[in-house]
Amino acid sequence: MKYLDEFSDPDLAQRLLQEIQATVTQPWAIMEICGGQTHTIIRNGIDQLLPEGVELIHGPGCPVCVTPLETIDRALAIAARPDVIFCSFGDMVRVPGSSTDLFRIKSEGGDIRIVYSPLDAVKLAQANPDKQVVFFGIGFETTAPANAMTVTMAKRLGLTNFSLLVSHVLVPPAIRAILDSPNRRVQGFLAAGHVCTVMGMGEYVPIVEEYQVPIVVTGFEPLDVLEGIRRVLVQLEEGRAELENAYPRAVTAAGNAAAQAVVADVFTTCDRAWRGIGTIPASGWRLSDAYTDFDAELRFDVTDIHAEESPLCRSGEVLQGLIKPNQCGAFGKECTPRMPLGAPMVSSEGACAAYYQFRRIDTAVSA
Amino acid sequence: MCLGVPGRIEDIWEADGTRMATVDFGGVRKEVCLAYLPDAVIGEYTIVHVGFALTRLDEKSALETLELFRSVGLLDDELGVTFDPR
Ligand code: SF4
Repeated sequence: MKYLDEFSDPDLAQRLLQEIQATVTQPWAIMEICGGQTHTIIRNGIDQLLPEGVELIHGPGCPVCVTPLETIDRALAIAARPDVIFCSFGDMVRVPGSSTDLFRIKSEGGDIRIVYSPLDAVKLAQANPDKQVVFFGIGFETTAPANAMTVTMAKRLGLTNFSLLVSHVLVPPAIRAILDSPNRRVQGFLAAGHVCTVMGMGEYVPIVEEYQVPIVVTGFEPLDVLEGIRRVLVQLEEGRAELENAYPRAVTAAGNAAAQAVVADVFTTCDRAWRGIGTIPASGWRLSDAYTDFDAELRFDVTDIHAEESPLCRSGEVLQGLIKPNQCGAFGKECTPRMPLGAPMVSSEGACAAYYQFRRIDTAVSA
Repeated sequence: MCLGVPGRIEDIWEADGTRMATVDFGGVRKEVCLAYLPDAVIGEYTIVHVGFALTRLDEKSALETLELFRSVGLLDDELGVTFDPR
């Protein structure tokens, strides 16, 4: 119980754990989708506090990690152009491409800006009319409303020097793909609370019904994660499969209607390749036809760039929950956060980085 | 980038026809877009994702979450203050 005192309310954590102990009579495997939840679980040792046989499988909920190498190479090709100011979230700049990375491009004279808000990129476009400003719009449903707004604003402001390199991914199709996998071991899900603050909970209703799988929406704080796990386990033990909201302080069933409206206007559903996993049908958003003028891939003609993933990196298996990060042969050896082979080691939301950061290295040898 | 940080709305104004706010994240202040929370008022707490307020939160939960972010060193990362935005 060495981690318990790190919970904000250790008594409540203790109570939840006791309830979980009293509930569980057999082994279960639960997947947390969100990379933030993965970090909480590893940081607070939640997986080690659970009863024997209850396994947490870490899902593909790290947008940086699932952005295909090909997309990164396309981003790098655009960023290297002398007429371009290339803007990105901080996480993304550390991900290496096939032959270079954004840091190197910057040191070679490329104009790379790390922005906090995508709107900063729109401001840069206004302030630099002689430059092409490109924003690398990645993420799940949580960042989509922000990224969509850049295009709405650029259109309203009549900006012809702004474009978006879009690589958006969606949670519900990923859950379906995991459930359809012949290797499926997952019996219940923690759904990502903040994805639901935007999209609401409606998309999960048919999944719960079709697959008879419990889904509990929860946050990424230690007590939220623990309560989510408890609720999934209660359902599994009782043979129920329902959609529950364990995060009502932030999530409503309907989500954010204003955000959904802008996203629906700017983006349209498309098939999307997930790094290490492959193409999942209807699992992403691209710019809708009304906004193709703002599509950086078309503007800079980079759609011919293709890339092969490194054969050493087992991130695909990690992201599908088939192996734990420390079961990858390169983990902690050839692959560390300073010298990452794959994206899950780069991003602070990646499972490999979480295992590395929170002292799971020692177990790598025996795994 | 993906977690979302709660903060208190300190000030509200219009810029290029868009509602904007100054939001205080436990001492760090940022400009935040209110387009997706149009009826938000000064003094309310909201969860902010990459510069956009997406949902309300009660004060107690917001302060607890902020404290957690700070204690595990995530606040700077999520707010991008470790990076120079310009
Ligand atoms: S440890 Fe490194 S090489 Fe192995 S799966 Fe993770 S990112 Fe890939």
